[in-house]
Amino acid sequence: MSGQSDLELVNKKGIRLDGRKAGELRGIKIEAGVLENADGSAYVEIGKNKVRAAVYGPRECHPRHLQDPTKAIIQCKYNMMAFSVSDRKRPGPDRRSVEISKIIAEALEAVVLTELYPRASIDVYIEILQANAGTRCAGLTAASVALADAGIPMRDIVPAVAVGKADGKVLLDLNKEEDNYGQADVPIALIPKTNEIVLLQMDGHMTRKEFDTAMEMGVAACHEIYELQKDALKRRYAAAMKEDAADE
Amino acid sequence: MNRKEARPAREVVVPGDLLDEGDLRPGNGTYVLDGKVYASRLGVKNVFSGTVSVIPLKGRYIPTPGDMVLGMIVDIGPSNWLVDINSPYPAPLHVNEVPWKVEFGDTSRFLKIGDMIMAKILMVDESMKIQVTMNDSGLRKLEDGQIVEIAHSKVSRVIGKSGSMIQMIKNMTDCRIFVGQNGRVWVDGDVENATVAVDAIKMIEREAQTSNLTERVKDFIGSVIEEEG
Repeated sequence: MSGQSDLELVNKKGIRLDGRKAGELRGIKIEAGVLENADGSAYVEIGKNKVRAAVYGPRECHPRHLQDPTKAIIQCKYNMMAFSVSDRKRPGPDRRSVEISKIIAEALEAVVLTELYPRASIDVYIEILQANAGTRCAGLTAASVALADAGIPMRDIVPAVAVGKADGKVLLDLNKEEDNYGQADVPIALIPKTNEIVLLQMDGHMTRKEFDTAMEMGVAACHEIYELQKDALKRRYAAAMKEDAADE
Repeated sequence: MNRKEARPAREVVVPGDLLDEGDLRPGNGTYVLDGKVYASRLGVKNVFSGTVSVIPLKGRYIPTPGDMVLGMIVDIGPSNWLVDINSPYPAPLHVNEVPWKVEFGDTSRFLKIGDMIMAKILMVDESMKIQVTMNDSGLRKLEDGQIVEIAHSKVSRVIGKSGSMIQMIKNMTDCRIFVGQNGRVWVDGDVENATVAVDAIKMIEREAQTSNLTERVKDFIGSVIEEEG
């Protein structure tokens, strides 16, 4: 954060390094049901981020002491592949990925109807194949599509996006350079139906006014991503339904 | 009423989709927020006699009392067996719930690990503790045949309307078939016919959402059997 650089992140015309305007998202591609052996899965590309999520369960909870007799627990593993960043990432869990796993699991717990499956466990695996800033948001976006794809009862699908500040301007969906040399990074996830926030972090500095603009941008972008998530699921399952008519 | 009115176009819904503004009663796979009914899972919207529900397309099998299931013995205790019924929860089978007189500690003489049984779900409580029983007509240990696993949401399709589909497969292939509610299907017959029956069941699972399936399965079985003479 706020590393020193002569790099001009936003030019005089308000255009960013990758040609976007301040309030513009990167290109997003979402696919549901990409893995054969998982109960549910999803693949998400947000700009140069490539993320795959797999969901297993509800299944018997192991180790047993983690079981909750009143509801299912959500166990999430966020993992960055060794080749996902330009310097090789040392494989295995580290402090960062443990934190991200925890906040994603908690964000998902807010929408999943866990009380329907007491003592069970719903396992979510998120693999970052290629990272370019905003992987926790891409991971959460993919995970919630994968959960829905697994047929798990939930209130809504959770979209996530990062907003931030670079070159003194509030920007939506930061890329790598803006994240590294910018002044702030704020990942947001919410339940679109009620606009309840399920994930909000802030790294860096922003004034109250900037934060309010950033939130507004982020909420609007989340609703945009939400439509793409729903579309991905419907695309996957509507095709087979089309020919269905008076049969049975 | 013509058929179109009886069965309106099927609509795929995802969690969070609005199903109804509040005139219909909420059924399975739905939840209510501010008087409106929303879908809680991926499936097909279904309106039937004033109730709106979601028929799930995917998901694990959750037992309900009375379900006939196929289970595999995975563990043996002195007075009970543990049965895997393809659900998130293990199902104990107590010695009182089997048709044999079993002495304490003598359980492994009757059912061994890996044995397949037909069982009925006796009880499911609020914390999803399950009991299964074999004390019902027709329930027994499976000695021969083979097991096919399909998605449990496709079971009703394999059975067909009042058993039409499964009856047709049984008649054409001359196999004994039992479909468990948990998505396990037992097929027993001579090798060639059983293979055809298994292929037919897998075909139903694959093409569960398409029309005229019964006819096409019939043609499929007919053509294969003819080839073999």
